[in-house]
Amino acid sequence: MDTLNALADGFSIALTFQNLGLALIGCFLGTIIGALPGLGPSNGVAILIPLAFTLGLPATPALILLTSVYYGAMYGGRISSILLNIPGDEPALMTTLDGYPMAKKGMAGEALALSGIASFVGAFFATWGLVFLAPQLVKVALLFGPAEYFALFALAFATLGGIASRNQAKAALAAGLGLGIAMIGVDGQTGVPRFSFGEVHLYDGIDFLVAIVGLFALSEVFIFLEHRGTTKATGDASGIKLGRLMPPMSMLKQTAPTMARGTVLGFIAGVLPGAGASLGSFIAYSVEKRLVDKHNTFGTGDPRGVAAPEAGNNAAAGGALVPMLALGVPGSGTTAVLLAMLLALNITPGPLLFTNNPDVVWGLIAALFIGNIMLLVMNIPMVSLFVRVLLVPPRYLMPAVAMISFVGIYGISGSTFDLMVMVGFGVLGWLLRKLDVPLVPVILGVLLGNQMEANMRRAMTISDGDWSALVSSPLAIGLWAFAFFGFILPIIGGRFFRSKLPRADSEADPD
Amino acid sequence: MSDRILGGLGLLLAVFFIWQATLIKESFISDPVGPKTFPIIIGVLVGLSSLAIFLKPDEEPEWPEFARLFEVGLTIAVMIAYAYALPTAGFVVSTAVAASYLSWRLGTPPVKAAIAGIVISVGIYVVFHLILGLSLARGPWGF
Repeated sequence: MDTLNALADGFSIALTFQNLGLALIGCFLGTIIGALPGLGPSNGVAILIPLAFTLGLPATPALILLTSVYYGAMYGGRISSILLNIPGDEPALMTTLDGYPMAKKGMAGEALALSGIASFVGAFFATWGLVFLAPQLVKVALLFGPAEYFALFALAFATLGGIASRNQAKAALAAGLGLGIAMIGVDGQTGVPRFSFGEVHLYDGIDFLVAIVGLFALSEVFIFLEHRGTTKATGDASGIKLGRLMPPMSMLKQTAPTMARGTVLGFIAGVLPGAGASLGSFIAYSVEKRLVDKHNTFGTGDPRGVAAPEAGNNAAAGGALVPMLALGVPGSGTTAVLLAMLLALNITPGPLLFTNNPDVVWGLIAALFIGNIMLLVMNIPMVSLFVRVLLVPPRYLMPAVAMISFVGIYGISGSTFDLMVMVGFGVLGWLLRKLDVPLVPVILGVLLGNQMEANMRRAMTISDGDWSALVSSPLAIGLWAFAFFGFILPIIGGRFFRSKLPRADSEADPD
Repeated sequence: MSDRILGGLGLLLAVFFIWQATLIKESFISDPVGPKTFPIIIGVLVGLSSLAIFLKPDEEPEWPEFARLFEVGLTIAVMIAYAYALPTAGFVVSTAVAASYLSWRLGTPPVKAAIAGIVISVGIYVVFHLILGLSLARGPWGF
């Protein structure tokens, strides 16, 4: 019952005028960000972090604003998938398969409404999952010592490379790059500068917000510049009639079991470190297709093919918050970005967050419930408003995105040097995306590098330099074994997951 | 070919990184591991993965033709110029110019692009500075 009491306290925090307003703004912005092709949850949240930060919002309201954007983006991604056949963000990729055919059959309104309801179901039950699973995970995490944390970080990188990317070597390279960038600056334990080449600006290290905004948001501008004038960058929604905005009861009845399965699968995919919402929607869709597609209707506008991935990706979004809040290890790109914001606010997620800052955790969770209801209302009766936003062409949108990125970073430091570094990261992000090197391990490396090293060195200090201390407890051995198999098995198993995904995500926004 | 270049560059980077790591000055107080070990482990990781990429490259990505690459390069130059111009020319003017350029290169006709740039710049100024109170770069004219 402790959990429910804590949740009730959370509601009393979330139900203030300011927090409700922020949740509303976040949900609205999030839906737009999700709907616009080229802006997805991770780069949308990345642009907004420096702004939330410079506006001086305290931790709880800032987190409410940004997670509302995150949930909203998960809802919004489906709109352009269904109407334009262009996924608004990567997790919405699977929704195009049946959503667009439904729209072509004149059932766009039903498809939007049904996917909105599926999103709500997925997100709602995943938030309940978060309420009950996160405190349990915290109990386990309290047993962790430095050696176990070191193994846990390794596990996150390994599964990120193993499950979520097509080429493990590239994921490992990306993680190494990120960790290497984190090493720049004065060493926290001995006070000696590392890799700073005498440049005073580098003594503080590279600000991870600069890296994130550059890698995620600016690289998107370069991608658009490269694809200018091709159909990839533009779409036309004007020809599509929305039709009725409520699915018939029979359709809801037909898709109810689909939503339930999609929610469970998506939630599990989200909780696994490194997997994220794209995998959630992919698994939900493929399992559903195998289970119920008796007449080969999937891919031709089957409502179940719309409900499954939408329930899946929204459930995964909730699931990904579990390891982020309870362990401090994000399960996806966007949760990595949210972790960055917590770190920028001097709050360290992990088991201590639940005892030291219960107001942040439970206020956030309560706000997610509230935001979810706001999103349902926004996304069904008011969906035509968002459809109109889709008509803003990228040639006006992307310059605004670039300029807001600059404003955010300049607002934090007021330094031209940081802007240079950000442009550098933008170019790096563009090149890496072209070469199919995933960006999420880079971010994770930049974020977690110093903690990972600190935990390793702490474990070594305790054992007085004995390296076997890293694998001395059963918990640590278990985590290393998981890490090992998570990385190795997909190589042997023929890249079972990702190879089946259409090759679009290298240039799409990671979730 | 692209992946072989990536692998080769990665290897060079790894060697450079490990070399730099061995040059880190130890201070007189230190823990058993010291500040060098972890960077060296990272260097080895980068080296091994680069080697794997070099030996087993993926299929070639689609690189844009030279004209487009040049354009991306030019845009990078504009962004760098923008970062330098901010403190001297002020937020509104430099942003209007940079946003117009970007919009123009993304396919807007020149006059419309100039208008779009001014609208974006003034819009951001009004929302973020006047309404939300964010401090933006001040130029000689105070905006």
